[in-house]
Amino acid sequence: MSAPQKLPAPLGLLAELTHRCPLACPYCSNPLALDDRADELDAATWARVFEEAAALGVLQVHLSGGEPASRRDLIDIVAAARQAGLYTNLITSGLGIDAARLAGLKQSGLDHVQLSLQDVDAQSADRIAGYRGAHTRKLAFARMVVEQQLALTINAVVHRANIGRVTAFVETAAALGAGRVEIAHAQYYGWALRNRKALMPTPAQVARAMQEMESIRADYAGRLVIDMVVPDYYGRRPKACMGGWARRSLNIAPSGQALPCHAAGTIPGLEFWSVRDRSLVDIWQNSPAFQAFRGTDWMREPCRTCEMREIDFGGCRCQALAFAGDAAATDPACELSPHHTMMRTLAESDASTADHEYQYRGRAAAAPATAIPVR
Amino acid sequence: MPEMAAPDRPRLAPGVRLHFDRTRDAWVLLGPERVVETEGPASDILRRCDGTRTLAQIVDELAVLYTADRSEIEGDVRDMLAELVGKRMVV
Repeated sequence: MSAPQKLPAPLGLLAELTHRCPLACPYCSNPLALDDRADELDAATWARVFEEAAALGVLQVHLSGGEPASRRDLIDIVAAARQAGLYTNLITSGLGIDAARLAGLKQSGLDHVQLSLQDVDAQSADRIAGYRGAHTRKLAFARMVVEQQLALTINAVVHRANIGRVTAFVETAAALGAGRVEIAHAQYYGWALRNRKALMPTPAQVARAMQEMESIRADYAGRLVIDMVVPDYYGRRPKACMGGWARRSLNIAPSGQALPCHAAGTIPGLEFWSVRDRSLVDIWQNSPAFQAFRGTDWMREPCRTCEMREIDFGGCRCQALAFAGDAAATDPACELSPHHTMMRTLAESDASTADHEYQYRGRAAAAPATAIPVR
Repeated sequence: MPEMAAPDRPRLAPGVRLHFDRTRDAWVLLGPERVVETEGPASDILRRCDGTRTLAQIVDELAVLYTADRSEIEGDVRDMLAELVGKRMVV
């Protein structure tokens, strides 16, 4: 079946299986209030959601979290996704998956593994993750993925402490046998907002990183796909956040709430529906939250008459809310936004602070830069 | 981006598979964070990229399938595969 109206069919589904996670990365963009384990959707409900997603036109499912491996029934969930015909991507820290479990995941039809690394230097990586020994275990996991002939992407979230090593990230990914590396800039939603001052890179750091990537990209052509984009706060035009609101993909939170984007819960006044109560088709077509900023009718000036409106769809609603105080405003990442200068000034001011003590989720006090919190 | 060459015995890269999308009524190539819609003869080529057939064999089979001269086909097949090698969807 397909959507009867002219609504585009979504391509991707981000399935947040759990908010539980052994790491405590300061750039975590999950909300401050996490879903409880007791409220997590069970595997049977996920299986139903995957069937509905495939029928709706979704081609790829990204199993995420939190750490999806915290779910004991992860193999069943992967099997259900693949049975529904979805391309199945596991987004993981690698912690909690040994060789036997990985083999089980592969046997269930897992297509691809995306592993996060916090840095290329073990000590720094462990400090960022707030977990001693994590980096070494992650490297071992990466080798296991490649040994078992699963496709591997290395994901690196970059910020002030590690952005100077983007080239080394790429070299590490290639040496591990990854097929793709994704250099993603920290985004300041949820928990990450608390650490913005400690995370924000300087414009010079960002420019340097972009330059480094351009100069090595050709060396890896055909060997390693390198994805990296300019961060919003130092760009001139906004990105088509999520490919446009409720246009190409959707998110399901651990408790079943369907969101047009990962951070949409920060926008007040939106009514979210749950997959516990409604079918995914119903949600995609009729959920008030999905309707709120779909297409271009909701736009004001300068977006409404902008020739880029169907290319960037006005950028990111959550960022508009955070800086302009209004989710329907132009994304301040756009130079046409009256808040553009303020956003950049704020980023530069954050980046110039000496403060780099992180606030770790679930830990009482900020950890000094030199100490590695132990769990 | 340097020019890529089509492999002698092409196959889909790890983590890449060809999928028939019923919603859009089209063959799509699915890979890590990638969805590539295939048009016309592309899916006929990609279905044959199994790592056992040589490029020459693939061209032969397509020449029969389309009742066309293999010299007309070979260039297109090479170009398409080279482009997909650059995207690391074919190895």
